[in-house]
Amino acid sequence: MPIILDNVSHIYGEDTAMAVRALDKISLVIPDGQFIGLIGHTGSGKSTLVQHLNGLMKATSGAVYFNGEDIDSEGFDKKKLRSKVGLVFQYPEHQLFETDVFSDVCFGPKNLGLSKKEIELRAYAALKLVGMEDDYFYQSPFELSGGQKRRVAIAGVLAMKPEVLILDEPTAGLDPKGRDEILDQIAKLKRETGITVILVSHSMDDVAKYVDRIIVMNKGRVMYDDEPREVFRQYQELEAIGLAAPQVTYIMKELRDHGFDVSDDVTTIEEAKQEIIAYFKER
Amino acid sequence: MLRDITLGQYYQADSVIHRLDPRVKLGTTIIFIISLFVFHGVGGYVAAAVFLAMVIKLSKVPFHFMIKGMKSIVFLLSITVIFNLFLTPGQPIFRLWKLTVTQEGVRLAVLLSIRLGFLIIGSSVMTLTTTPNQLTDGLEKMLKPLNRLGVPVHEIAMMMSIALRFIPILMEETDKIMKAQLARCADFESGNLIRKAKSLVPLLVPLFISAFRRANDLAMAMEARCYRGGDHRTKMKPLHYERRDYIAYLIVLCYLVAGVVLGKLLPILLGSVVA
Repeated sequence: MPIILDNVSHIYGEDTAMAVRALDKISLVIPDGQFIGLIGHTGSGKSTLVQHLNGLMKATSGAVYFNGEDIDSEGFDKKKLRSKVGLVFQYPEHQLFETDVFSDVCFGPKNLGLSKKEIELRAYAALKLVGMEDDYFYQSPFELSGGQKRRVAIAGVLAMKPEVLILDEPTAGLDPKGRDEILDQIAKLKRETGITVILVSHSMDDVAKYVDRIIVMNKGRVMYDDEPREVFRQYQELEAIGLAAPQVTYIMKELRDHGFDVSDDVTTIEEAKQEIIAYFKER
Repeated sequence: MLRDITLGQYYQADSVIHRLDPRVKLGTTIIFIISLFVFHGVGGYVAAAVFLAMVIKLSKVPFHFMIKGMKSIVFLLSITVIFNLFLTPGQPIFRLWKLTVTQEGVRLAVLLSIRLGFLIIGSSVMTLTTTPNQLTDGLEKMLKPLNRLGVPVHEIAMMMSIALRFIPILMEETDKIMKAQLARCADFESGNLIRKAKSLVPLLVPLFISAFRRANDLAMAMEARCYRGGDHRTKMKPLHYERRDYIAYLIVLCYLVAGVVLGKLLPILLGSVVA
């Protein structure tokens, strides 16, 4: 179900001396089934933005529509919205509280008032989706490793069967291996279920490989909203706001500058590999 | 959600009150509070009101900020007022079913609400104009003499400043966890008391865990910087009194004298006017 943002602004501490405009007239359309990367420097407003998508924050002005309905209108079921638009916060493992992994994942569906059987089926399916083994199900979530805790927390949101999944910096604080595992898992989940996924990050390398649309935020505004390669073409502007294109894009540019006739319109390592092989075959 | 609590929060501004030595502000607050309970009669309270209004004006903190702090004690205040109103024995004014409102009761209730109101506003002026660090620095220096009696003054001050520093952090953390659980469709509002209490478990467990984690991290960071408690520890910005601080003390003294004199004098003056 599509989400539409119409001129959404958010001001923190309105009417005080410390007022901060975190979102400035954002208009976006998020259609079904896209894999979106939301990128911006710290403080660019990306976390604030995603909290508007499931009604945790209320826009100071402007409106958010979910499936054609204004989410702030009278009688709109916020609880249902939150089950449809699943939001995984930064460091989601800090929200775990149950005595074992399985019951923690059950928390979301339980709040939806489902039958016990349905709750457990969903929890089981969600844990499988994030790649958790059965052996861990009845362990305390606090005994798991950082990466595993994070998977459990993501499963806790997935168990509500959301149609849109938003992940706020899902790789923060993980080692490279844990990071790749989580991202691959999310990409696999996207392929298998076809849900909309919004990946919030400040690292281009993280998202370039997976997403088919990138939204770049700067100072509460949308700066770019396009396909990855179109966005990365503006790498100089990106650098000016403290971001960067993926490292592989720079390598290709260097190669080009040194007289190799390769395209620098490349965003992933896989594409770069193809490009270089093709170049040497032609010679 | 929880941002409305101003009690114990600092409001940044550039004013004489902000620049005063924290010891002056601490001392004045204590004197002010004691004076509220010592003064008798209307005169004393007039003096207190004038003094408070002057300090607020000088502090450049918007008045509604202090009122915000008041909101949190309205409940407590109304209970005290009601109890005093109905349960003080004395000259009855009127009866309401089985309860009697007495003259003394009205007097006490009014007096108490003024005292409590001034007390809260007075102490929020101090916390709004003094950073927690300054506050504990001031306290530490004021209580230094107790060190000789074996009281670990520095350690107490350190604990206090850490506790104060943790209030906003834990508040923010609560906000975050609450949102995370709301995103999982948690319901903190509906249901009876027992269900409501139960619904707090997903909030409180992560909060406690994070508090312990933070405490642990902090202890480690202090250890790593060779923190060894108060002995032979010097300060980067040692406190010393300046001219404005002596002036402030003088003003406080004037206030005390004015309060006492007005308290004694006003009834006599009023009496002579009436006569």
